[in-house]
Amino acid sequence: MKPPLLEVRHLRKGFALPASARGLALPWRRPRPQVLAVDDVGFDIRRGEALGLVGESGSGKSTTASLVARLADADGGEILFDGDDIASVPARSAARAPWRARIQMVFQDPGDSLDPRANAFEAIAAPLRRLEALRGVELRRRVLRAAERAQLPQSLLGHFPHQLSGGQAARVGIARAIALAPALLILDEPTSALDVSIQVGILQLLDELRRESGMAYLFVSHDLQVVRLLCQRVLVMHRGRVVERGDTAQVLDHPAHPYTAALAAAVPAFVPRIDTAAPGARGGPANAPAPQPPPASPASFEGAAFPSR
Amino acid sequence: MTHRRPSWRPSPAQLPLLPAALLLVLALVGPALAPHDPLATDVANGLQPPSAAHWFGTDQLGRDVFSRVLVATRLDMAIAFAAVLMSALAGNLIGAACGFLGGALDRWIGRVVDVLTAFPLFVVAMALVAALGNSVSSVIYATALINLPFYIRLARAEVAVRRHAGYVQAARLGGTGDARILLFVLLPNALPMLAVQMSLNLGWAILNGAGLSFIGLGVRPPTPEWGVLVNEGAQFILTGQWWVALFPGMALFGAVYAFTLAGDALRDLLDPRRRT
Amino acid sequence: MSGVLLQVRDLSVRFRRRARSVVHALDGVCFDLAAGQTLALVGESGSGKSVTALALAGLLDPAAEVTAGSVRLNGTELIGASAKTLQAVRRGELALVFQNPRRALNPIRRIGRQIEDALQARRPRPARAARERAIELLAQVGIAEPAARWHAYPWELSGGMCQRVMIALALSGEPALLIADEPTTGLDVTTQAGVMDLIAAQARQRGMATLLITHDLALASGRCDRVAVMHAGHLVEDAPVGALFGAPAHPYARHLILSTPRLGLPLQALRAVPGEVPDLGRTDLPPCRYAERCERRLDAACERTPVLSAFAPGHRVACWNPL
Repeated sequence: MKPPLLEVRHLRKGFALPASARGLALPWRRPRPQVLAVDDVGFDIRRGEALGLVGESGSGKSTTASLVARLADADGGEILFDGDDIASVPARSAARAPWRARIQMVFQDPGDSLDPRANAFEAIAAPLRRLEALRGVELRRRVLRAAERAQLPQSLLGHFPHQLSGGQAARVGIARAIALAPALLILDEPTSALDVSIQVGILQLLDELRRESGMAYLFVSHDLQVVRLLCQRVLVMHRGRVVERGDTAQVLDHPAHPYTAALAAAVPAFVPRIDTAAPGARGGPANAPAPQPPPASPASFEGAAFPSR
Repeated sequence: MTHRRPSWRPSPAQLPLLPAALLLVLALVGPALAPHDPLATDVANGLQPPSAAHWFGTDQLGRDVFSRVLVATRLDMAIAFAAVLMSALAGNLIGAACGFLGGALDRWIGRVVDVLTAFPLFVVAMALVAALGNSVSSVIYATALINLPFYIRLARAEVAVRRHAGYVQAARLGGTGDARILLFVLLPNALPMLAVQMSLNLGWAILNGAGLSFIGLGVRPPTPEWGVLVNEGAQFILTGQWWVALFPGMALFGAVYAFTLAGDALRDLLDPRRRT
Repeated sequence: MSGVLLQVRDLSVRFRRRARSVVHALDGVCFDLAAGQTLALVGESGSGKSVTALALAGLLDPAAEVTAGSVRLNGTELIGASAKTLQAVRRGELALVFQNPRRALNPIRRIGRQIEDALQARRPRPARAARERAIELLAQVGIAEPAARWHAYPWELSGGMCQRVMIALALSGEPALLIADEPTTGLDVTTQAGVMDLIAAQARQRGMATLLITHDLALASGRCDRVAVMHAGHLVEDAPVGALFGAPAHPYARHLILSTPRLGLPLQALRAVPGEVPDLGRTDLPPCRYAERCERRLDAACERTPVLSAFAPGHRVACWNPL
């Protein structure tokens, strides 16, 4: 069996605490107190699979994603991509590394991740120009193809980010990322900033793209529902550590770790009674009983620490 | 869907740019429009109040004040533009590098900036004049030097704010190295703000250039320059010949106001949210 | 179950945009809310949900204009009411909680002090009494060690705790109606559950009515008695929660439900809502603003503005061709 596409071992990243938390610490005192955003994290991603990375704010999932994307440097640990140790290349030089085109990322906020001064065509073309040295007709062809795969209408290619809706901007971000045909696509909450009604379209697009192209996904999200829809396996992070991992359905339906259980319980369940199979079909009687009562709140988990595996 | 381009008429938002545009036009063609030779003396006709022949009156040597004020526009504009462009160019690059790279470079440049800010313009100007001689160029260098911290801080702030933006990360993922990001992604995005500040700054530069010549540093009579003209006219105010100093003074006021107006208008015009 | 607490009739709001254009943000919105009930206002962004909340509270942008309609809270007419009346209402019967709690709090004032400010504005009382009541409120909203937390600044608190402080501020006036505009968007899911539980518990305890504005159908389905669906400034359906999610009458409501992820349904079975919310600044907005996206459109009938009419007991829909 082929080795995994991505192997992460003992990844570690700390940030210095801000002044207020340290109290009146003298600036030259070493070592500086730190908080470990990523604490001994390890996982594999196989070719073509979608791995979900879930956790709440402060869990370290976004930091992990940016470390794997080599946008930031880790303090310790290994990241092997297709056998290459990519962690040894500093983030500053990552732009010129040979594997740069093969690891790409889709960002959370399309409004923030698109250059306000570049139109959609430019946004998609820029990486092709720099990493594949494409020009002219060939460049145009690739940009059009990427836009088409991302279901972005050609007429929008001349538009600037502020002229695009949230969903359209998200598609530009996706087109830009897939234009290089990466082997690994890291998605950092790609739909959180989007309206719920648009999310479905984007998620279905992402799923289709993965199946078609054989890309692997590292899908970071705080939304368990979305991860359940898209990912075969999932990692649950809490306070920098991986507390549970496994097959998505298994982990979310039968969580072993209390934090995972708390997360799963907190998600509002949606159980409407309408039958999706028949268009226009109507479900139960008009005065059907209301869906289940709200789950008991695991409020005690706010800020609590958990043992990790 | 095609539409005919309407003939250009200034929109309300663009109107405030007109005075500055007019000044630039005057700077370019002014000398050709002057009714009298600004340097021609006619002592017999000295200190005449404004009249049909001499719209702004004459000074003590009989020179036409209007022509002198008009011709001085070019020099004042040139000094101000040169100083601002110099400090903006250097300041933006240094500031952007500080904002982007941070660390020791940022800290040390910050200290240099603090030192520079501590010096009043006139002290620096006098030092430069002593070193380089009394000339237009020393005025320009002095003004540019004192202005440098302003642009360094501005560019640093604009770049630092955007440094972590998603599109900068996306550019890195797309193979763009740090230097290119700074020059082709961050600076262009900061440009509108910088352009506005440069325009506002021009008003300050005009005033300072004139101020230096007023105290005798840099441009010297008989070269027409607003500061020089005000200096020459100042002595006559008490004896009742107000026009010699007033009109150059008003020209200064008008110029500063015009560029401030333009700066404000630019800020509104360049706000990306207005782009349709 | 007491009488109607809030009565909204024919509320219409428009905004003036930069040029000469006008945005018709709300058109003919009507609904009632009884005391102690929870009503969810759902819809995509651009549907007018937040504008409705702001209009009810008299907090619309100066560029906005209420062109028609009436809002009666406990008999008091709020549209066109004087600033003094509105202020009194906002200090007493009406309370608001917004999205992004950290931004809604004064960053340079301790949270306990901010609560005391609200208390004193409503009903002046001696300093000690105000301090005690503030600490009591902090405890009621589930903040641990309230006496110590009194001294905290908003930036020292997590998003969830800030939202709890916002709720404490809202509750300080003993309101009859709480308007919560996306109170949990941006918060972690465990925090969301905690905040929603808090709102529900307080509402139960005080007999307070809640108007919950959200784009999250799942949230609405679990927490509310009734749901009203908005689309492009129109209120298109208004029904008890079971009826709406069991048998929606308006095609848009049905599409919204089909696009929301739920247990047991794979990704491929979900359906995106067809079309896009129309630009409300258009001069050629069709009378039925859903018509351009609607697969059930009837050529002649749907040229008229749909009217909210009874579909079933307690269930109203504005559609010429309901499901």
